[in-house]
Amino acid sequence: MTTLQESALSKPLRQPAFGVGILAVGAGLIAAFAVPVLADDYWLSSIIIPTVIMGLAGIGLNLLMGYTGLVSIGSAAFMSIGAFSTYNLLLRAPFLPLPIVLILAGLIAAIAGVIFGLPSLRIKGFYLGASTLGAQFFFEWLFTNFSWFSNDSQSLTISAPRLQILDYDLQSATGRYYLVIATTALLIALAFAIVKSRVGREWMAIRDMDVAASVIGIRVARRKLLSFGISSFFLGIAGALWAFGYLGTSDAHAFNLDKSFQILFIVIIGGVATIFGNFLGAAFIVLTPILLDRLSLIIDLSFLGDQGALANLQHIIFGTIIIVLLIKEPDGLSSLIKRGVEALRPRARSSG
Amino acid sequence: MTGLLELHDVSLSFKGVRALNALSFSVAKGEICALIGPNGAGKSSLLNVINGVYRADAGDIVFDGLRFEAIHAQKAAHLGIGRTFQHNALFRRLTVRENVLAGLSRHGTASFFENIFRLGRDGAERRGFLARAEQTISFLGLPRHTERVVSTLPYGLQKRVDLARALVSGPKLLLLDEPMAGMNQEEKEEMSRVIREANRVFGSTVVLIEHDVGIVLNLASHVVVLDYGRKLADGTPDEVRKNPDVIAAYLGTVH
Repeated sequence: MTTLQESALSKPLRQPAFGVGILAVGAGLIAAFAVPVLADDYWLSSIIIPTVIMGLAGIGLNLLMGYTGLVSIGSAAFMSIGAFSTYNLLLRAPFLPLPIVLILAGLIAAIAGVIFGLPSLRIKGFYLGASTLGAQFFFEWLFTNFSWFSNDSQSLTISAPRLQILDYDLQSATGRYYLVIATTALLIALAFAIVKSRVGREWMAIRDMDVAASVIGIRVARRKLLSFGISSFFLGIAGALWAFGYLGTSDAHAFNLDKSFQILFIVIIGGVATIFGNFLGAAFIVLTPILLDRLSLIIDLSFLGDQGALANLQHIIFGTIIIVLLIKEPDGLSSLIKRGVEALRPRARSSG
Repeated sequence: MTGLLELHDVSLSFKGVRALNALSFSVAKGEICALIGPNGAGKSSLLNVINGVYRADAGDIVFDGLRFEAIHAQKAAHLGIGRTFQHNALFRRLTVRENVLAGLSRHGTASFFENIFRLGRDGAERRGFLARAEQTISFLGLPRHTERVVSTLPYGLQKRVDLARALVSGPKLLLLDEPMAGMNQEEKEEMSRVIREANRVFGSTVVLIEHDVGIVLNLASHVVVLDYGRKLADGTPDEVRKNPDVIAAYLGTVH
């Protein structure tokens, strides 16, 4: 009897929720498309584009860390592989269209991810995190010591050769924004498809209890490597966008350990095992330093010391905010917002 | 007579401590076999050897006509050995339904791309998995909790979810490690009923560990008594009950 009641109840509840979901996606896409009309070039180039790209990188790490439970502090290495692959493919295979190049760059990063994910078959947790540092240092070394990767340029930098799809030039702020937002939208859809599939469920099973996952027949090793591969695919594409959609010109040091830690913070602050939370985390990482900058212009803090001391003070404040946030909201900003929404919603469904 | 599961002289030790000592016994297809013995008798270790979590030092195991000395846990699952855990090893941040669905993983036929892009075999797999999961959830009386995250459920219900996750894939052999631990008499009897039903409806042969001798002797058709890694007695509940060694070592003293 209870079964009947429940299936009768759950159906009509789910339908409108699904409709609302489609509406939200549609509204989101329209809003994303309209952003360049409302925002000026500064906002696009300095705030919105980096936030979106870092959010995308956050998704990459979150698939690995939040969904599969594997720690990595080498995320930026896979971003750099994506950036350098994109550069070389555009340079050396000019007949390839940009979308294909981005996918190939992602796949190259994915292969590297699988290789550097091999230690995860034997070690876990902190020790695995430490081993991913290997990727971080190896690729920074590779791209600074072998100038072939930067087409033998003296400065070892790579610059966007051409950003165009068909005949549309994407060099302007608006063009770069559309490139970034379209790529990100497709990858968000892909991320949702993955985590809602059997693959995503098996990842979460491994995350929560790997021995039990193995005992019920989940192919743990294969799934872990797949997670490293897919995570790096996302990171690789994010890296290409970071180098050419945001920076314009970059080198291996744009993807240093700092960047890896930023991505780690995005995941932790935004919320592990979320997709949209990564963009909250990214907004926090990108906006907080800018806000602190603005604040120090308004309030005269020169009595505290010179410019250098003030810059350090900003780091300290930034770090303090992160610590306070994690103590108050260990599940990240996304759970804060989720609870906010629950509180606003009429109490009709609270009995479930 | 050859059983579904046969152990021949299986030994296991941890750093010199013998957990299992040349243990041999056979479990017939379709029966409910109980392993009893005091703490440290090697019961859990034995289950871990059978489904590949541990590797035996010596001896071999025959399961469903396949002989092996050691087996990988995943391979054991794919052969049809299901397992629950003494201390719940549920996927704690997943819902009841997701936990049970995960139990079906070994039956997945769709490839990675089919799964992600919902192509080809994915549709049939999703529908089939959901139907089997719902059926098992109903069977264990959990439909009201389908959407609950398992870590928010009381312990007794978690035990049922653990059983549902093992049962859903239709294992030929079901290993239950203290499925009634921490339950009161009423809950234990309910769990016994469920296990008997699972044995009858799903046709799974059951090997279970349980400390409550009263419950065990009612539930099982075959009892194996272990003590310090050795087999003390092996037979029907009646035979075991009358065995003087068992009375001395176990029934008379503990519990």
